[in-house]
Amino acid sequence: MTKPNKPGQQPVPPAEEGSGLAGWIDRRLPVISGFRAEYIDFRMPKNLNGLWNFGAILTVVLLLMLATGTFLAMHFTPTAAEAFLSVEAIDRQLPGGWLLRAMHMTGANLFLAALYIHLFRGLYYGSYKSPREILWISGLLLLVMVMATAFAGYVLPWGQMSYWGADVISKAVGAVPVIGNTLEHILAGSDHLGDIFLHRFFVIHFILAFLVVAVVGIHVVAVHVAGSNNPVGIEPKTPKDTVPFHPYFTSKDLFGLVLFALVFALLMFFWPGLLMEPDNYAPADPMHTPADIEPEWYFLPFYGMLQSVPSKFGGLLAAAGSLLILFALPWLDRSPVRSMRFRPICRAGLLVLVASFVVLALVGKHHAQGNWMALGRLATLYYFGYFLVLLPVAARKEKTRPLPASISAAQGDA
Amino acid sequence: MSASSLLRRVSLVCGLALAAVAAPASAAETPAPPHQKWSFDGAFGQFDQASLQRGFVVYDHVCSTCHGMRSLTYNDLSGIGMSQKAITDLAHSKQFPGPADEDGQPTTRPGTPDDHFKSPFASDAAAAAMMGGVAPPDQSRLALIKPHGADWLYAFLTGYRMPPPPGAPMVPGKFYNEWADGHLIGMPPPLVDGGVTFPDGTKATVEQQARDVSTFLVWASDPHRNARHHIGKGVVLYLIVLLLLAFAWKKKIWKRLDGN
Repeated sequence: MTKPNKPGQQPVPPAEEGSGLAGWIDRRLPVISGFRAEYIDFRMPKNLNGLWNFGAILTVVLLLMLATGTFLAMHFTPTAAEAFLSVEAIDRQLPGGWLLRAMHMTGANLFLAALYIHLFRGLYYGSYKSPREILWISGLLLLVMVMATAFAGYVLPWGQMSYWGADVISKAVGAVPVIGNTLEHILAGSDHLGDIFLHRFFVIHFILAFLVVAVVGIHVVAVHVAGSNNPVGIEPKTPKDTVPFHPYFTSKDLFGLVLFALVFALLMFFWPGLLMEPDNYAPADPMHTPADIEPEWYFLPFYGMLQSVPSKFGGLLAAAGSLLILFALPWLDRSPVRSMRFRPICRAGLLVLVASFVVLALVGKHHAQGNWMALGRLATLYYFGYFLVLLPVAARKEKTRPLPASISAAQGDA
Repeated sequence: MSASSLLRRVSLVCGLALAAVAAPASAAETPAPPHQKWSFDGAFGQFDQASLQRGFVVYDHVCSTCHGMRSLTYNDLSGIGMSQKAITDLAHSKQFPGPADEDGQPTTRPGTPDDHFKSPFASDAAAAAMMGGVAPPDQSRLALIKPHGADWLYAFLTGYRMPPPPGAPMVPGKFYNEWADGHLIGMPPPLVDGGVTFPDGTKATVEQQARDVSTFLVWASDPHRNARHHIGKGVVLYLIVLLLLAFAWKKKIWKRLDGN
C-alpha cells in the first residue's frame, strides 16, 4: 500500500510518470494521472454521510445491468409470438439463465430504489443549487431515461402485465389533444400492440441503456468539477474540511457497496416474490384484460397522479409535470442556504413531500377509488405546492438556523 | 409549526393511510386456502425429490391428458432427479409431428430430450373447442400465477364434493369444488384413490397425489429454487464476511482523522 495521505495535507502532485510505457501513454493521453487526480487525490468533504454512497452504488448496478442485459439480449426474440417463450427458455433451459435474469430483474428494482434515495439526498441537502445546476439537470435526465428504459424493459417478456401496462400508457398518450391519436399510433407502430411495438421497444431499451452511460459520464464530470455537496451544505474552506478520495471514500464506498450487495442478494435469492409480479408469467393475451392492471412499484406514484386527476390529459400533464418541475428547482428555490438541516420549515415541508409521494403510490395501487381519489388529489396538490409555493416563499421568508463557520467547525473539531 | 410536530403528523397520516389500505384488501379477498406444510416453503426451503418424482407421475398420467406445460423440455426433468436414460425413454415414447415425407405426407417422429412437453391439443382454439369452450390453462407457471400456489392447488384437488352440499347450485357438466371460482368448474375430479401407481410404493391416495402433484407444479413454476437457495446461502455468507472486513478497513482508515 502507498504511504497514507494525511488529512489536512495538500495533495501530493502526481509522481513523475516519465519512464516506461505508462509514462509514454500518459504524456499522450493522461489517463493515469487523470485517474490519480480524480479518484485518488481528489478532495472530498470529510462529513459525507451514508446517503453519499448511492452514486457509487448506482454506477455499479448500471454496469451489472449492462452486463446481464447484453447476455439476455442474445437469447431474446422480440416478436409477439416468441418473446414470452424465449424469456421462459432463458429462465429454464439456458445454463445460468435464471441467475442472469434474476440479477437483471432485481437490479432494475434496486436501481430505481437507489435512484430515488439519491434524488431525495439531492433535495434534502440542496445539492441542486449553484454551482451544481448542470449536475442536477443531468441527474434528472438520467432519472427520466432510466424510467423509460425500465418501462421498455418491462414490456419485453410480453406477459399480461407487459402488454396491458403498455396498453395503458399508449392510451394515456392518446389523450393528448389534437395530436394524441397520431402519437399513439407512432408509439404502437401499428393499429395494435404487436410485433412492431415489441421490436421497437427492444431496440429502445437497448439503446437507452447505453445512452444512460453517456449521460452518467457527463454527470460524473460535473460532480468532479463542482465537487460534492455535503450534509451541512457549505463549501469546504480549508484542506482541513476535506480528505482525499482514496483511501477515505474508497473504503467507505466499498462498505456501502457490500451492504447494498447483501440486500441485493437476500432479495434475489430468498425473497424474489417481493419484487415480482406473478401475473406477468401468463403470456400476453389481448383478448383478456386482467382484473388489476398495475405498474411496477417505482411508477406507482405517477400512476396515482394519472388516475386521481379528473381529466385524462390533465392526469398525463400532472404525471409528466411532476418530473419536469424538478428541472426548474434550482431557480424555484433561491435560498442561499442549501441543507435542510438549517431550514426548519422546508425540512418539514420536504418530509411531507416524501409522505405525499408514498401516499400517491398507494393511491396508484388502489386505482384512486373512493377516498383514495380525494387523498390522491390532495397529495398531487401538495406535491406541486411544495415546489411552486412553499420553496419560493420560504426562500424569502424562512428564518434559517445559523450556519457553522466551516465543515470542521460543524463536526466540532475546529 | 415545529418540524417534529409536523413529522408526527406525517407519520400519523401515513399510518392512517396504511390502515385504510389494509382493511378493504383483506375483506374483499376470498378466504385463503388452509396452509399446508411444504418442504420448499420459506427462504431456505428445498424441494423433496421423491415427492417431485411422484408428482411427475401424476402429471404425466392425469394432468397432461388435458393441460399443456409447453415451457418445459424433457431435459428439464433432470431437475427432479430423473436419469438421462429415463428422460430419453420418456421423450421417445411421445410422438411429435415430423418433416413431410417424399410425397409431402405428414409424418411423426419420436421425441428427443430437447423437445418441449408435448401439448395435448394442437392449439388453444382446438382445446377450447373440445373442452366445452374453455382451454385448460397451461401449467408451466400455474402455481406461481395462482395466489397461494401450492396451498390452493392442494385445497382445490382435494376440494371436490360428490354429491355437492345441499343448496349448492347445480349445472349439468359442471362439478362442485369448494375452491373453484363460484364453486363450479368444468374439470371433473381428476384424482381417484389408486388412480396411479407410484414406483416407490407410496400409497396413491387422493391426498398423497394432490400433495405430490402440487409440489411438482410449484417446481415447474420455479425449477431452480433448490439451486437458488443453495447458492444464495453461500453468497450471503461470503458477503457478510466481506462486509465485516470492509467495515474494519473503513474504521481503520477513518480513525486517522481522530488524531487531528
